[in-house]
Amino acid sequence: MTPVLEARNLKRDYHIPGSLLKKAKTVHAVKGVSFKVEQGKTLSIVGESGCGKSTLARMVTMIDPVTSGEMLIDGQKVDIVAEPLSSDMRSKVQIVFQNPYGSLNPRKKIGDILTEPLIINTKIPAAERRDRAMAMLKKVGLEEKHYSRYPHMFSGGQRQRVAIARALMLNPRLLVLDEPVSALDLSVQAQVLNLLADLQEEFHLTYVFISHDLSVVRHISDDVMVMYFGEAVEYGSRDQVFGDPQHSYTKTLFAATPRVDVEAIKARLERRKRA
Amino acid sequence: MTAIESKAVDPKVAEAKAPPSGLSEFWFYFSRNKGAVIGLVVFLIILFVAIFAPIVAPHSPSVQNRDMLLMPPVWQAGGSWGHILGTDAVGRDILSRLIYGARFSLFIGLVVVTLSVISGVLIGLVAGYFRGRVDTFIMRIMDIILAFPSLLLALVLVAVLGPGLLNAMIAISLVNQPHFVRLTRAAVMTERTKDYVVGSKVAGAGTLRLMFLTILPNCLAPLIVQATLAFSAAILDAAALGFLGMGAQPPTPEWGTMLAEAREFIQRAWWVVTFPGLAILITVLAINLMGDGLRDALDPKLKRS
Repeated sequence: MTPVLEARNLKRDYHIPGSLLKKAKTVHAVKGVSFKVEQGKTLSIVGESGCGKSTLARMVTMIDPVTSGEMLIDGQKVDIVAEPLSSDMRSKVQIVFQNPYGSLNPRKKIGDILTEPLIINTKIPAAERRDRAMAMLKKVGLEEKHYSRYPHMFSGGQRQRVAIARALMLNPRLLVLDEPVSALDLSVQAQVLNLLADLQEEFHLTYVFISHDLSVVRHISDDVMVMYFGEAVEYGSRDQVFGDPQHSYTKTLFAATPRVDVEAIKARLERRKRA
Repeated sequence: MTAIESKAVDPKVAEAKAPPSGLSEFWFYFSRNKGAVIGLVVFLIILFVAIFAPIVAPHSPSVQNRDMLLMPPVWQAGGSWGHILGTDAVGRDILSRLIYGARFSLFIGLVVVTLSVISGVLIGLVAGYFRGRVDTFIMRIMDIILAFPSLLLALVLVAVLGPGLLNAMIAISLVNQPHFVRLTRAAVMTERTKDYVVGSKVAGAGTLRLMFLTILPNCLAPLIVQATLAFSAAILDAAALGFLGMGAQPPTPEWGTMLAEAREFIQRAWWVVTFPGLAILITVLAINLMGDGLRDALDPKLKRS
């Protein structure tokens, strides 16, 4: 079976033009990353801020071009510099952003936000578009009455549900989730994660899940990739990476996760008393 | 007593029931600003008078009455109720001329604002969306236009095109337009990088769709405010051009032209100069107050909800 997404040695450089006093500089945001994701699986990408996670997400969603390396979606090579994307290709990969307050057009009603991808990419008549949007709205746990409301009337969790619904309107194969729950509070995080898990099962979706929250990653992923300064320092199945981290950065990362079990708290209090 | 109380409570109850619609929410914030409401009322009165000028005006604006040259207004010795605000040097009724003049002034404001908003927004949208060389090229041209004193540039343009109301309006819109370009460009640049625009792009939206349907509607609030302010600025500029003899030509009852014609009578007949000046002052003030209220009502940062 061909993997939904395969990346071979992906690189992305940002060129910063120089001026009179400064030399031109090239920033290597992603320095050669390879991975593949099978259908219905979740690949999590973790790492600290500025390590190239979001750049990778932008490349996978075909927003930014790849500097070098190959990216295959459904076994088909993608190069947005060489040729404009077909709407068929566009609809295969969709994205959900981190900040639910910036990812919905504040001047558009929810219904218009949901039907826009269909208007652009398909020739479905208006009535059917509306039905599909309604159905999707219910699928993500919202109600029909929300169809003609504006984004500012929703809470963060509800907006994120709308954002997920919008991403799913085109029946994508691959969903890139760029820290989709980082901006939400804990109880809502759990709801949205469960929704994502349900949707994955129902539509056989493939996820690329970008996060820096290790407990979330452990909960949701099949494979894990750890990035550090633009390089993938660790890549393997979840149990492999969490159980036996090889790279020193991964070990530091796991050690930095706060632990809340009783034993750990007691040990910490003990240490503080002694100090 | 009870009636007043129930009135005071009602709006809150209504608000709690259903989320306020855009228009009622707008009116809620707009009506908070007393000056803005006064401005709106004055503007509506002027608009009414201008539209129904033939019915409202007691005389024709261009009929000369040789028996009554420079007649003072009604409350001064020698005034009569036939000409409430007196007559000018050739015996035309000043009130009627002011009423007809409102037509020209509002027309000038409308045409100038429409012209400069449409061209300014289009150019600013292109500059802000594409950036790079296009942006640099457009903005340097706008900087050059802005570097000239606006009235001087308008004067030069009218001198080239030839005096007249239409040419004056074209000149004024050209002078006003860089403000709209800058404002649109700045707003487009902040909106362009937001996630919802990127999301629309990922969904396959083309350049035109992104520019006009996704980004532009989110940049409108500051543009509406700037448009009202430009409306009053256009009236002032047209009056200034008229005063310098480059705008509307006599006998058009345009306010600036009326001022210019009356210059020599400042010492002898104060009313000929004062009333057109007052008309300009009141109209501009009303529109500026209205623009202030609009800005407060449309700025999300000033909203408390």
